[in-house]
Amino acid sequence: MTLRVREIVTPEGVPVRFAVALAGDRLGAFVLDLLAIAAIVLVVVVPLGLLAASGLLPGDLVVAGAVLAVFLVRTFYFAFFELAWQGQTPGKRRLHLRAIEARGGPLTAEAIIARNLTRELELFLPVAALFAPEAIFGGAPAWSRLAATAWMLVLGFLPLFNRDRLRVGDLVAGTVVVRTPDAVLLEDLAATRAREALAFTEEQLDVYGVYELQTLEDVLRRRGRAGHEEAVRTVAAKVREKIRWTGGAAADEPFLEAFYAALRARLEKRLLFGRRRADKHDRG
Amino acid sequence: MSATLKSAAFRAEREASWRELEALVLRLEKGGTRALAPHELARLPALYRAALSSLSVARAISLDRNVLEYLESLSGRAYLAVYGTRRRLREALGDFFVRRFPRAVRAHAWHVAIAASLMALGSVTGFALTASDAERFYAFVDPMYAQGRGPASSTASLREVLYGGKDAAGMLKTFAMFLFQHNARIGLMAFAVGFAGAVPAALLLFSNGLVMGAFGALYTGRGLGVDFFGWMLPHGVTELTAVALCGAAGMALGQALLFPGREERLAGLARRGREAGVVALGAVALFFVAALIEGIFRQLVHAVPVRYAVALGSAGVLFAYLATSGREKP
Repeated sequence: MTLRVREIVTPEGVPVRFAVALAGDRLGAFVLDLLAIAAIVLVVVVPLGLLAASGLLPGDLVVAGAVLAVFLVRTFYFAFFELAWQGQTPGKRRLHLRAIEARGGPLTAEAIIARNLTRELELFLPVAALFAPEAIFGGAPAWSRLAATAWMLVLGFLPLFNRDRLRVGDLVAGTVVVRTPDAVLLEDLAATRAREALAFTEEQLDVYGVYELQTLEDVLRRRGRAGHEEAVRTVAAKVREKIRWTGGAAADEPFLEAFYAALRARLEKRLLFGRRRADKHDRG
Repeated sequence: MSATLKSAAFRAEREASWRELEALVLRLEKGGTRALAPHELARLPALYRAALSSLSVARAISLDRNVLEYLESLSGRAYLAVYGTRRRLREALGDFFVRRFPRAVRAHAWHVAIAASLMALGSVTGFALTASDAERFYAFVDPMYAQGRGPASSTASLREVLYGGKDAAGMLKTFAMFLFQHNARIGLMAFAVGFAGAVPAALLLFSNGLVMGAFGALYTGRGLGVDFFGWMLPHGVTELTAVALCGAAGMALGQALLFPGREERLAGLARRGREAGVVALGAVALFFVAALIEGIFRQLVHAVPVRYAVALGSAGVLFAYLATSGREKP
């Protein structure tokens, strides 16, 4: 699964990469938030209803309060949480998503407000058009209803039509929703695991490029997981054959670790001289 | 041989500061700025910049993918922590109403003027058409919104709505809240549909004017014109301003999309969309004020001169607020 990456240039001038959130994750977060809204509304409205039923509060006041509460929760839930949690709502936090400024500045309150005020257009209008067309179109002719519904759906499903999964609110506010980064720093394979000093010639090391190096890194880092030994054996055999290894009979894993360290040293040295070898086909 | 690897030495040198930053960012993400002591907060920007510089160096010299991904992710998290919004909600609210909202309205003066004229045009049209043929009232006003009022109603019943007694007050409190959320949603809709090229926003403003004009003609035709405007204007001044502001915000969106000018279209939309969003949000607050006037004041005060005085007063206050609040002192 390759994620689309969006580069944000920080105010310091360094580009930092963020993975654009998947449409499915966005939808999941949104559904969670809708459930949260429903829960909040229940928590507010049910006690009010009980108070009214027991005669402690006049009925009209309760209805007025409930109408107001529903409106406030529904309209400001997203904006409130994104302001308080820096671009996250409970749903987004659960699914590790976050709204950020698309051009690298700070996420301003204006942007948060603007991106959340368009939800009426994106959700309410298409839903009403589909399920309660009379309320919206009145006596309009069929062809215009059809055209209007299609158009509303296009606005609602806009995230599916662009690569950055921008909805109308993102366009209006200049934001983009990304995955919150969460990579963990693991041990340095070259420094900690490559114990055996095997001697490789330059010709042997020049067989591979960066892509193969990093694939090898992935293989070595899978130690302790299912299928690791099998993979190491296959890869080691392949590498020995490819580089025409004639040296000592080292065990598979130490051999690969030593080869990894030697290959990385060779490629990084070339990198310092400005020659980056992308993969084994790169003869540049 | 591993000791000679430049990238490994680079990592050994800097790893402690990465770990420190990671721990700070983690606590910040969990508990906000209050989770950090002042001296830790002061370290944050320095550590963040160090991580960014590490990232730049690592991209140039390191082929250890895990280190690259980690630094990428750490820089991203730290960047969000350093540059995320970190204002207290209350401060942000105060700042919003004292400065941002009135400023944004002034920045959209032309849009507001056009929105107001569209509404005025709508009401004049609605008034003229209904005055010449009362049956047209039904074409302009949704029966749900009319609440049984129409050309078929008796003058007495029309009058009663304007001076609803204390019994009706309770029901009207609810009705005011209903109206508030209804109007505010229509207002937000007017803003949002502006995205579709401003035309729907303009249409919404015009048809809103038609409804008002139709009601005006209905009441004026029964000799209740003065009473009707006395009934409508105390909250109407605020409410109509809010409608005009929402429509203006919507048209500003549409304008940004249709006529980007020298800016890149999406960049312009993002910039102007934010300003317009501020106007629309402020308008929601105005809708609320209007609903309070409608639900409370109007039920208590029935004297027509007082109603006009309040309408005039609220227009003055609103104008003074929007025109002067948050201006830079020269």
